[in-house]
Amino acid sequence: MPTNNNNNAILRVENLSMHFTTKKRGRVSTVKAVDDVSFDVRKGETFGLVGESGCGKTTTGRAIIRLYNPTGGHVYFEDREITGKLTKELKKYVTDSIAMIFQDPIASLNPRMTVQEIIGEGLKVKGVKDPEERHRRTAEMLLKVGLSPEHATRYPHEFSGGQRQRIGIARALIAGPKLIIADEPISALDVSVQAQVINLLNDLKEEFGLTILFIAHNLSVVKYFSDRIGVMYFGKLVELATSEDLFKNPLHPYTKALLSAIPNPDPISEKTREKISYNPQSHDYKEGVQPSYHEVSPGHLLYCSEEELAAWTRDMKV
Amino acid sequence: MEPILQVKDLSVSFNAFAGKVQAVRHVDFELYKGETLVIVGESGSGKSVTTKAILGILPKNGHINSGEILYKGEDMAKYKEKDFYKIRGKQISLVFQDPLSALNPLMKIGKQITEALILSGGYEKKNAKDKAIELMKAVGIPNAELRYEQYPFQFSGGMRQRIIIAIALACNPEILICDEPTTALDVTIQSKILELINEMKRERDLSIIFITHDLGVVANMADRICVMYAGKIVEIGTAEDIFYRPAHPYTWALLSSIPDLDTREKLFSIPGAPPNMLNPPKGDAFAQRNKYALAVDFEEEPPFFKISDTHYAATWLLHPNAPKVEMPEILAHRIQRMKEANGIADEQQ
Repeated sequence: MPTNNNNNAILRVENLSMHFTTKKRGRVSTVKAVDDVSFDVRKGETFGLVGESGCGKTTTGRAIIRLYNPTGGHVYFEDREITGKLTKELKKYVTDSIAMIFQDPIASLNPRMTVQEIIGEGLKVKGVKDPEERHRRTAEMLLKVGLSPEHATRYPHEFSGGQRQRIGIARALIAGPKLIIADEPISALDVSVQAQVINLLNDLKEEFGLTILFIAHNLSVVKYFSDRIGVMYFGKLVELATSEDLFKNPLHPYTKALLSAIPNPDPISEKTREKISYNPQSHDYKEGVQPSYHEVSPGHLLYCSEEELAAWTRDMKV
Repeated sequence: MEPILQVKDLSVSFNAFAGKVQAVRHVDFELYKGETLVIVGESGSGKSVTTKAILGILPKNGHINSGEILYKGEDMAKYKEKDFYKIRGKQISLVFQDPLSALNPLMKIGKQITEALILSGGYEKKNAKDKAIELMKAVGIPNAELRYEQYPFQFSGGMRQRIIIAIALACNPEILICDEPTTALDVTIQSKILELINEMKRERDLSIIFITHDLGVVANMADRICVMYAGKIVEIGTAEDIFYRPAHPYTWALLSSIPDLDTREKLFSIPGAPPNMLNPPKGDAFAQRNKYALAVDFEEEPPFFKISDTHYAATWLLHPNAPKVEMPEILAHRIQRMKEANGIADEQQ
């Protein structure tokens, strides 16, 4: 099992599965959006989850925070299981300590609520009854994310995309969470504004001592932002390593293809670079051979069969 | 060399409820035969509007206020809708951003390609099918005969974009305009589509206007680059000029606001948001967000200063009397790294 019992793991995901079943004309079909995914997120780190659209990275994030009820596996947060039936007390614990930042800053804010109400709602749920106190803390948080307290009485439509994402971040942080799940927080923003939000997240992470699960498809941003990276393909976590190691030593053919596809802002090397493509049919598993996780070097996990392990790791750089 | 398409002093505005939005303001550029000109800028910088004006597909409330669009000696800015019929699809074609909404979901793929062939390519119904299948094979669609009979929903995003490219190329246009063709696609698919566009360009000697906001894509595609901000071109040059010797503070900011794979420093972020184009600011539109802004930037619009034969930038910093400023450190480091990686000797200015 890949989860070596690391004591400073704040979040442990074990064999998480999220299968969606649909009934169509009496036929039941199952989509394995997330299938047997395991990883752990250490306290204070940024863990990046990358993959193409539809690979299950968002579903993984949502299953952790219980926006979906996972169909299999366990999730432990600070060594307490948060899958299965939640008691009232446990539910409060989850909502207080894990928060989420969504991709679309327009759709994720209620257009009929003022900024004060949107951000303050978390405090209300947490049990801060005094409106004065809520107002004070909202104003404080607005300053922290680079807005001003006067913005509290306005509605979301009065803000630009970057400012709205700041409101989303303020809403996530107000309840004092320990873990933030950031689901593509910058992909809907303009290039010049993306840097503002990345820098903001980095500053807030230091200030509040946050742990971030960063879900994105832009690999250069993930590389810049994350300590460790998990690569997902078709509901499986195919490779997991520190970001340095992953970019130096990509072993899974999909990771290689993904890395070679990153556009590089350098006209000379970009025009001559060779791109690798990935063919999922290349895994010719014989009957009875089940691919599984292998630790190829400390902290570097690979999902493959024994045969592939030998072939892929042959020319590994140390 | 004669330019194939010339845009001179083009201004486009939209009549909106709140007033006149000046989306494109006095834009000049040329497109030469066989080159890829990339227009890069944020959303709202006027890059899409420029190409829509070229093809005469501005929305009803949009108007060309001034300027000329010269193609084969004719000014397309003065064209009536009917005059565009001989241009669109036949001489100049467009590849749209969203491959899903650009195809008719109720029409078989084959019909959508043959439609273009019959309407503007002068093909008969019977030989159009063969030509369509040939086109589908050329853009890399496997089992073209089978796929010909299928509907758009049976195609993946990348495959749909290949179909759009096939339709755009159906009548052998001279100029292909690509409006963010890969923004809706995944990175792995994106690199394949870009490869396809480059291949088609080589095979058919196309001239391409490519619009994007992704600087990595720019580096892959561009022969020359226009950087647009707030409806104006602020810097224009070859790909090497822009990436290795950027001169405008907005280009600096754009280049240093995205991390590349070796970036470790704090990113350089541009404060604030782009200006409201209802009342474009006086002077240089970027001045408010620009930490290098001079007093004159708030008063008077900078003209283009020539840096080399291919490289021009509109910033007062290039004026002989301007103080000397250095580009952000993070960008200087990156250019240094790129030069080392590509073995280019460091020239001292």
